[in-house]
Formats: sequence, structure tokens, C-alpha cells
Amino acid sequence: MKPFTYSRATSAQEAATMAASTQGARFIAGGTNLLDLMKLQIETPTHLIDVNPLKLDQIEKTADGGLRIGALVRNTDLAADKVVRHDYGVLSRALLSGASGQLRNKATTAGNLLQRTRCPYFYDTRMPCNKRKPGSGCGALQGMSRNLAILGVSDACIAQHPSDMAVAMRLLDATVDTVGADGAARSIPIADFHLLPGDTPHVETVLKAGEIITSVTLPKPIGGTHVYRKVRDRSSYAFALVSVAAVFGKNDASRFAFGGIGAKPWRTADADAAAGSGAKAVAEAALAGARTTHHNEFKKKLVEQTLTSLYRQKEARA
Amino acid sequence: MIPVELTVNGRETHLQLDPRTSLLDALREHLHLTGTKKGCDHGQCGACTVIVEGRRINSCLTLAVMHDGEAITTIEGLGTPDKLHPMQRAFITHDGYQCGYCTPGQICSAVAVLEEIEAGIPSHVTDDLDKVALTDAELRERMSGNICRCAAYPNIIAAINDVAGGAKA
Repeated sequence: MKPFTYSRATSAQEAATMAASTQGARFIAGGTNLLDLMKLQIETPTHLIDVNPLKLDQIEKTADGGLRIGALVRNTDLAADKVVRHDYGVLSRALLSGASGQLRNKATTAGNLLQRTRCPYFYDTRMPCNKRKPGSGCGALQGMSRNLAILGVSDACIAQHPSDMAVAMRLLDATVDTVGADGAARSIPIADFHLLPGDTPHVETVLKAGEIITSVTLPKPIGGTHVYRKVRDRSSYAFALVSVAAVFGKNDASRFAFGGIGAKPWRTADADAAAGSGAKAVAEAALAGARTTHHNEFKKKLVEQTLTSLYRQKEARA
Repeated sequence: MIPVELTVNGRETHLQLDPRTSLLDALREHLHLTGTKKGCDHGQCGACTVIVEGRRINSCLTLAVMHDGEAITTIEGLGTPDKLHPMQRAFITHDGYQCGYCTPGQICSAVAVLEEIEAGIPSHVTDDLDKVALTDAELRERMSGNICRCAAYPNIIAAINDVAGGAKA
């Protein structure tokens, strides 16, 4: 690991100001992704601001019936929270499908949103990667791309967004609450939070220099039947090849979001609108514009089959 | 160097650490508690699992300075050769290891897993998120962050079941 200096945050705004004015500064919360990448010298911060003292670990109801989740709420606690279990079951399920018990005990809500891709070319510092080293090229385009994204990709990057939690957050129309270096608070709809790679795959979110996530807010519960189906190479402790988050509501008012296939958590209005026409129609709508390699072409069929399975399960329960 | 106070296995320790020092390296290299093992050093194998403030974590993926003032339990703190923790004894009884390298992490994880089930924390295989039962499927899922290269898994599950059953009786 490259040497760095270390300080503890005293307030969100102070942390944001310090991060914006300190070259090479990064926030650390759970650290499960950042420290992994620092050991590989993929991330090389020169200063770490430990945000754990900010105690942003509360889960509380909002005035309009939603739920505000502190940035530092651990994945285990969020998944086990009574309100989340009952009213936002898809979020519990998504969280529980990710990582291991040890990692979920440490990983935070905000950190999960900011985790980096697991594309093997991002991790292998001997290989080109536009996300890790802008302008160096993409090793994945002609390489091993079985796990990688088929939606939202570009000529510069086909890395997939690795999160399960963020897929459920996208499904639930969460907003990401932040404080900037100037002290200004803002709320960013999660649909706008992650950026597609385009020509600048190293820029992954709309966060400005120093801007810090303080909480993630869910709108009031939407009811319905919540499911999260993750398809992967092992039955536990593996990233998704394809995952589908769904809420089946009354009168075909259903919604779908997808993991493992997008450069960001993937959801389209067309797929939601196709809910009444069945799994094949939803898959077709969700996969519009998909760009596959010969290694990951199978994901299109896998999306349709996963949706078919969810529809059958729903019908069996009805 | 940064001063760090840790309570490790009930004993207060005062260290001066480079901020890069992982909790794992602080335990092994500075406190000479070598029971906690370094396997992958990337949070993939679980050999470094310790219990911090009552929760199991990968000690390789956290900095010691981030745990100033906190209480840590390692395999050495669970029991001693003369006075084994029930989980340690069960691993011996059921032959829950071959080479033993992953074992301290497996045991720390297993102790915490039973507490998580007791606390009603659901898992990926929990059918009804409000009803957490102690089943082999639950144990396998919850222990998936601890890899055993010798594949002693069936015996590890038997050992955990033994302790869980004993606790209930």
C-alpha cells in the first residue's frame, strides 16, 4: 500500500471541505472495497478521511412516510431492519444476496453505491483499462468478458456495476442525499447518480469534488410482492451474472431493475410498461440496445429465463 | 505514526501504528497474536475473521486506526488449550479441519453466526425474513465467507450444529 496520512471527520461539511481542498484525499467508511484496491495500488489516495465518527448510522421514517437511511448504516443492519424487511423486502433480499456475512457487517450504504467494478481488467494493473488509467484502452473488449455488462456500455468500457443493493435502490426510486464542499445539501435521484462510461469511464457518479453522501432516502412503501433473484456461478458469495429486482403490484403495475448486465443499475420505463405482457416482453424491453460480446451474449437469454422464473413463481403464489 | 488503543481479548493495548497497518497485521505483527491467519489478504477467504464489538469482520480489510477504542476478540480470546470454547471443542470432536489454517477464522465466524441467528438476522436462504431458523442451509450460507481448501465443510457444519444444539439444551 502506498503511504497516506489519516484523519477523522468531525462533521459532514468539514469532511467535504477537506476532501475538496486536499489533493488525493478519499473518504473511508467500511473500507472493504477501498482497502482491497489500495493493496493492489489501483487506488492510491494520499490522505484518508475516516467518516465513521460522523455516526450517520440511523434509519428513520421521513415526514412523508419514506425512510431515511444513514450513509454509514451497515449492510447487515439495513437488511435486518424491521421496516426494511416488511416494507422494502426487495432491498433486504438484494443486500443479503451480496458478499459474505463478514463483509456485510462492515460495508456501508453509501460505500456500496460507490463501490468499483469487478471487471478483471480493472483489477489487473498489467492490462489496459480506461477506468483505472484513462486513455490506456480497454482490455475487456477483445478479452474475457463473460461477467461484463451488455447495457450502457461504450467503446471505452464494458465494465458492469457490481452492486446488488443499488439495483434494489434503483427499483425503489431512492434518492442520494449529499453535502458539498460549499456546505450545500442536495438530493440526487438514484437514476441520475451513476454515470454511463461513454468516453470517460473513470467518472462514475455525479458527485462533485469533496461531496459526501449523508443518507439515502426511500419514498413511501409501494406495497406489492418484492423479489430479488440473483443468478451466479456459485450459490453464495459471488457477483451476479444476472440479477432481477422486481415488485409485482396489482393490475400489472410492476417494476423491474437489473444487476450484472448494466454499466449502472439498470431500469427502463419500457420494461416496467411491458409488465402485463409477460416475461419475454419485459426482457425484450429491458434489453433494448444491448451490446454483447461472444462471451456474454448468454446474458440476454438468462435475463429472459430469470424473468420467466419470477413470473411463474408469482403465478404459483397467486 | 498514530496512537491506537485496542482492547484485545479483554486486555488493553497501546500501539503506535503506521496508518496503513491492517487490523490483521496489528494483531499478528504488533501484538504477536498469530492465531488469526492471513490467507488472501483481500477479504475473499475469511481466514482473518475476528469479532470486533460483537461482530465478525475480515481483519485484513480494515485499518487498525479505524478501531481505536474498540474491543476485539480473536481465536486466542475465545478459549485456551486448557479451557476450550465449546466451538473449539466441537471442531476437534467433529474433525472440522485438516490443515487447520482456516480454522481460527472458521471458529470466530461460527461463534458469531450462532449469535446472528439468535438475534434473528435473516440471510439469503431465509424464506420468511421474520423467521430465522437454525438449519444446515442457513449455516452453509452464513459460513460462505470462510473458505476451507481442505473442504472440511460437512464436519464444520456438524461442529456448529453440535454447539447450537448444546446451547439450546
